[in-house]
Amino acid sequence: MAVLTMAKALNDGLRKAMEADPRVLVMGEDVGKLGGVFRITDGLQKDFGEERVLDTPLSESGIIGTAVGLAIRGFRPVCEIQFDGFVFPGYDQIVSQLAKVHFRSQGKVPMPVVVRIPFGGGIGAVEHHSESPESLFAHVAGLKVVACSNSNDAYWMIQQAISTDDPVIFFEPKRRYWEKAEVDVESTPSPLLRSRVLREGTDVTVATYGPSVRTCLDAAVAAETDGTSLEVVDLRTLSPLDLDPVFESVRRTGRLVVVSEAPPESSVTSEIAARVQQECFHSLEAPVLRVTGFDTPYPPSKCEDDYLPDLDRVLDAVDRSKAW
Amino acid sequence: MSVSDPQAWNPADPRSRPNREQVLAGLRGTDAGGPELVQLLTPEGERVPDARFDGYAADIDAETLKSLYRDMVLVRRADREGNALQRQGQLGIWVPLLGQEAAQIGAGRALLPTDMVFPSYREHGVAWCRGIDPTDLLGIFRGTDHGSWDPLEKRFHLYTIVIGNQCLNATGYAMGQRFEGRVGNGTDATADAPDEATMCFFGDGATSQGDVHEGFVWAAAYDAPVVFYCQNNQWAISVPLERQTRVPLYERARGYGFPGVRVDGNDVIACLAVARWALEECRSGNGRDELELWKLKDPIERVRVNLVREHGVDQSFFDGVAAEADELAARLREFCLAMPDPAPDRMFTEVYAEASPQVEAQREEFLAYHASFATDGEA
Repeated sequence: MAVLTMAKALNDGLRKAMEADPRVLVMGEDVGKLGGVFRITDGLQKDFGEERVLDTPLSESGIIGTAVGLAIRGFRPVCEIQFDGFVFPGYDQIVSQLAKVHFRSQGKVPMPVVVRIPFGGGIGAVEHHSESPESLFAHVAGLKVVACSNSNDAYWMIQQAISTDDPVIFFEPKRRYWEKAEVDVESTPSPLLRSRVLREGTDVTVATYGPSVRTCLDAAVAAETDGTSLEVVDLRTLSPLDLDPVFESVRRTGRLVVVSEAPPESSVTSEIAARVQQECFHSLEAPVLRVTGFDTPYPPSKCEDDYLPDLDRVLDAVDRSKAW
Repeated sequence: MSVSDPQAWNPADPRSRPNREQVLAGLRGTDAGGPELVQLLTPEGERVPDARFDGYAADIDAETLKSLYRDMVLVRRADREGNALQRQGQLGIWVPLLGQEAAQIGAGRALLPTDMVFPSYREHGVAWCRGIDPTDLLGIFRGTDHGSWDPLEKRFHLYTIVIGNQCLNATGYAMGQRFEGRVGNGTDATADAPDEATMCFFGDGATSQGDVHEGFVWAAAYDAPVVFYCQNNQWAISVPLERQTRVPLYERARGYGFPGVRVDGNDVIACLAVARWALEECRSGNGRDELELWKLKDPIERVRVNLVREHGVDQSFFDGVAAEADELAARLREFCLAMPDPAPDRMFTEVYAEASPQVEAQREEFLAYHASFATDGEA
């Protein structure tokens, strides 16, 4: 059992995947010599060489488009998009090719490509460096979309994503990169596409993912001192959603709060609300409530503390749910 | 109005740039081909020498030329039948290759089985050369599939409909060929591990797409063994070439750091010879070439004239090819009319390599819904 930052856990996971399969390539802007702007790929180029860890031209469509071609050739590329807001030049290749080649070819050409995207706010960055675009990918058939929230998941989920024969958009909560947690490198990990109850509780269910998981776990500790028991579910997979643990939990608690940094309109959180009312209609004691960013562009960073769901906004929603 | 000299342009002085009339004059000037146009067979059917590329056409005797003629006639006939099927409502759309037979058969016949091809959606002639029967193209345009052949087995990727996307996919594939060490082995190359190249097809309209430019940048940065084969038919649907470029397209290659060659796209011998040269450059490790194929006049007639005048081929050969073409068209039509619709749950298959529970649940719900009508009907 090692205690690692999420950044180091991702680095170790990438290294393990590259050692296990010589077809695994890492490619992106500044991922080689520099080791990535967040140092997630630190040291990989030194050990695996410039043809397995590619410092690419500054060209996101190029990163995804050539990864598609490399995958057709039989490679397993792991692309890094430097920041969430820079993925859009590559969005065409993701939606038009990466997501569709397997379906178009009726299974003859798999697309084992991982696109890593550091996402979310809270780091005081300039525009385009703090966004949460996951719903734009979850909406696209042919893609799998996951988000890790802690070091242990980061270590395992990146390896599982790389060994998946489908394209995986892999969201990493950048403001949690430097938080440390235990990584159990010996254990058998949970399957990639499973959500998990991180904290059991009886009064209100809280479903969340990525950077907001830590916020919600902290909220659960705070709520306990007020005598409220929160059950916290880390969704982990956003497409396909694994909602059985949420349904099971809501049938016991009758109340659900969904938490995410992303704008709420037509989002992962609205999808969860729709499905929970479908599956748990007779169990609900209150409407599904959401704590999210707002339907605005991501604001200047001096405003972001108000934009991002924090512990108080989560507890406020919990209180409203209980008081319904 | 004279053509402006690009060397005289001063980026700091807008007045030094060519005016609209000069740009148009330049483009019209290139319309006639220009001295740089590679041509081995004139529109009048005369085989003319070319010091640079003759070596790549040395084996083209009467028999080879007859087979090139046959390929061009057959793909044109299949193409015209596809067009007719579209007009008659049997196909939702047909993308014609009319006039591009020489460009496509020349390139297709230059490729080795171990090379890889990334087509746009118009490369029916190249598909023919890769052993893909014209009936296999119909599903895309009739709406029964998005491409039915095995791209890895045929080494011919499925048609790419989004303009220019395939230039990056081709470049990535070619990067993989290089990473695997499948270039520049010369006589050390074996049948099991031959040197390989990739050929990427696109049109003049696509040259305005970012993905095409990025493909050029990446191919240069990684020395990818890829030939960019631009079939310039002068029009992007309704938009003329001068809306896409101020300079002849082949000249752009130099700006990215690799050679560009302008070839008469109606000269099947020139297309074959220059494509062979470019592919061989790539296989030998000198990768990245851009070829621009220029559309002028009818590509098939000049081959016929040459076969008659220089090789004494008699009419029975041409009649035989024509009869074969009609048989192909009839077979294509018959096949098209008999094509079954896909199963209703076709849309749920192979969305993912590892099945999605969400999609599977939707499939079951959909099938149950369909089955409910059958039950009602029987009751």
